Amino acid sequence: MRTFIIRRLLLLIPVLIGVSVFVFMLTRISGNPAAAYITEKMPLDVQAKIKASLHLNEPIYVQYWYWLDGILHGNWGVSKAAQNLDVSTAIAEKFPFTFELAMVSTLIAVVVGVSLGTISAVRRNTVVDHATRVMALAGVCLPVFILAIILKVVFAYQLGWFPLSGAYDPFLYPPFVADMNHYTGFLITDTILNLDLPRFSDAISHIALPAICLAFGSIAILTRIMRSSMLEVMGLDYVKTARSKGLPERVVMRKHARRNALIPTTTVVGLTFGGLLGGAVLTEFVFAWPGMGGWSAAAALSNDWASILGFTLVTAIIYVLANLVVDVMYAFLDPRVQLE
Amino acid sequence: MAKGDAKGWKSGLNVQIESLKKSLRPRIREWKFSLFLFRKSVLAMAGLIIVLSLLLVAVFAPVLAPPPMIRGLGNMKDPMQIPYDFGLFPKPPGAVKPPPYPPGQTYPLGTGLQGTDIYYGLVWGARTSMYISLYVVSLAVIIGLVLGALAGYYGGKIDELLMRVTDVFLSVPGLILAMAVAAVLGRSLENVMLALIVVWWPPYARIVRGQVLTIKENTYVEAARSSGAKPMRVLFRHVVPNTLSPVLVNATMDIGVVVLVAAGLSFIGLGAQWPYAEWGRMVSEGQTWFTSTITYQGNQYNPYWVWAFPGLMILLFVMGFNLLGDGLRDILDPRLRR
Repeated sequence: MRTFIIRRLLLLIPVLIGVSVFVFMLTRISGNPAAAYITEKMPLDVQAKIKASLHLNEPIYVQYWYWLDGILHGNWGVSKAAQNLDVSTAIAEKFPFTFELAMVSTLIAVVVGVSLGTISAVRRNTVVDHATRVMALAGVCLPVFILAIILKVVFAYQLGWFPLSGAYDPFLYPPFVADMNHYTGFLITDTILNLDLPRFSDAISHIALPAICLAFGSIAILTRIMRSSMLEVMGLDYVKTARSKGLPERVVMRKHARRNALIPTTTVVGLTFGGLLGGAVLTEFVFAWPGMGGWSAAAALSNDWASILGFTLVTAIIYVLANLVVDVMYAFLDPRVQLE
Repeated sequence: MAKGDAKGWKSGLNVQIESLKKSLRPRIREWKFSLFLFRKSVLAMAGLIIVLSLLLVAVFAPVLAPPPMIRGLGNMKDPMQIPYDFGLFPKPPGAVKPPPYPPGQTYPLGTGLQGTDIYYGLVWGARTSMYISLYVVSLAVIIGLVLGALAGYYGGKIDELLMRVTDVFLSVPGLILAMAVAAVLGRSLENVMLALIVVWWPPYARIVRGQVLTIKENTYVEAARSSGAKPMRVLFRHVVPNTLSPVLVNATMDIGVVVLVAAGLSFIGLGAQWPYAEWGRMVSEGQTWFTSTITYQGNQYNPYWVWAFPGLMILLFVMGFNLLGDGLRDILDPRLRR
């Protein structure tokens, strides 16, 4: 087990080098990598100075070396898309928001998806089953940004139940007033720890729509997986044994069938969570969520290559780690699986 | 040429046709059976109908929404640019750009930013979506097919290299890598398509490689090889054709997904630029008015049509190909058959 984990972590290094070389080469071959930092109005000598400070006059492999050196020493470049913050600072600032959003939406998706999948498998070919499958199909086909817009327009704008955008109400956080302890950096957790009810409900009402929007797609996938693995498990011998022992149907379904059907579902949950952690670009964009996704979209639009590179790297790390965690978890959940 | 000769030549041709027919017969029977299974599936047929009607819309776009000869100002050369105009409706005093106009007689589905015709955009957008998705998926399939087949068949260092390269591409979520590539290449539809091809080929290479690894152990491949066929012939005549059905199923599903991702990138602003007929971009046109109203000629309204109709078209497109792909999988996968 330990050698497996270590080997997989070591495998991260070539993957990260590959991703960074690929994106880095692209930024240098096409377009002007200094475009985000230089405007045409600047005097020529200032332009030249900026270019020199970015090592743009050196050969491309030297530039890459400088960039890699910076990454290893915590100097990730300056992010134009985040008010000229350091890329690493920007990521540290935005990651908690993205993480919280991913957590909440995954939670919703798991609760809803698992129960819908179970119901639709147990009551196979009934109205419930068909309705669930249609919903799952819609979840796969409906573009996430359209869903986000619909939620925003209907529930936030027309009905006014939720705030329009953002992660919190700035009026609740007056500047220069330090009346809240930031224990974790995560807004919902911090407001709970501070026993601050108004801010807590404010944070919840802000996160509700984006979280539901993100959950919808995952629910579709989860329901499908849960339904098929439930159907598979229900036909197995030990379920029949449990039934013939005279156990009530509910216990058989819950303890014998569902627990085992959850194993493949866990994999999907892990992978979708990993994907969401990288930032749900489109949803965050629509709801103006101050997380990594919205920031990366802004960076992509403003030619901010330092942010694009940093973001892609972080996403790759998160995604690979999520894959690893899923594999390890699988081995724990299913003793038949051997990691080598 | 003597008469007898011509007869001989003709009968020779007939014999050849007969033998060709004979060799094709099992394949035709197979196809007929697949078609029969396909017809039985309601959802798959629904998918096929959606896809075919969208295809018809794309092909007959010039008939359904003829590009204007006089109306559009300066955008008659490229029919993919949605016509917009300033003159048909009275402008509110002080306004430079006409506001979105509700569905009515002149514009059956209303207008968007600066009076772009939504209906026109939807019709020509079908062409854009078909073009993007077919182009991206077919190129990704070809690249993946060739590289995956070579790697799986020859193994060794080529295989190792390909697997490491695909590792790199598969370690970043597709949308994000595509966004990064499209961002550094610059904003245009071509660059988005390029980015999508870059992101989309590795999974195909993996699928084909896996298939080739199992198929190349079969006796008929051995037979072809021992009867003296050259490696390339064995690979592309005897091995690759048998890998095609999972590739076909995946490709059909992916056509929908490619359009989803392309629309997403266009929605952010990376793809086609205003006033190009692309559904994702048209949705983003409505951004300004998601949560606000317009007052125009005494009426106050929220122009939902700017984003809702293009959004519906994307949903329809993706759903059509998804259902079709599902149906194809049920038919082509022997384990799910019957």
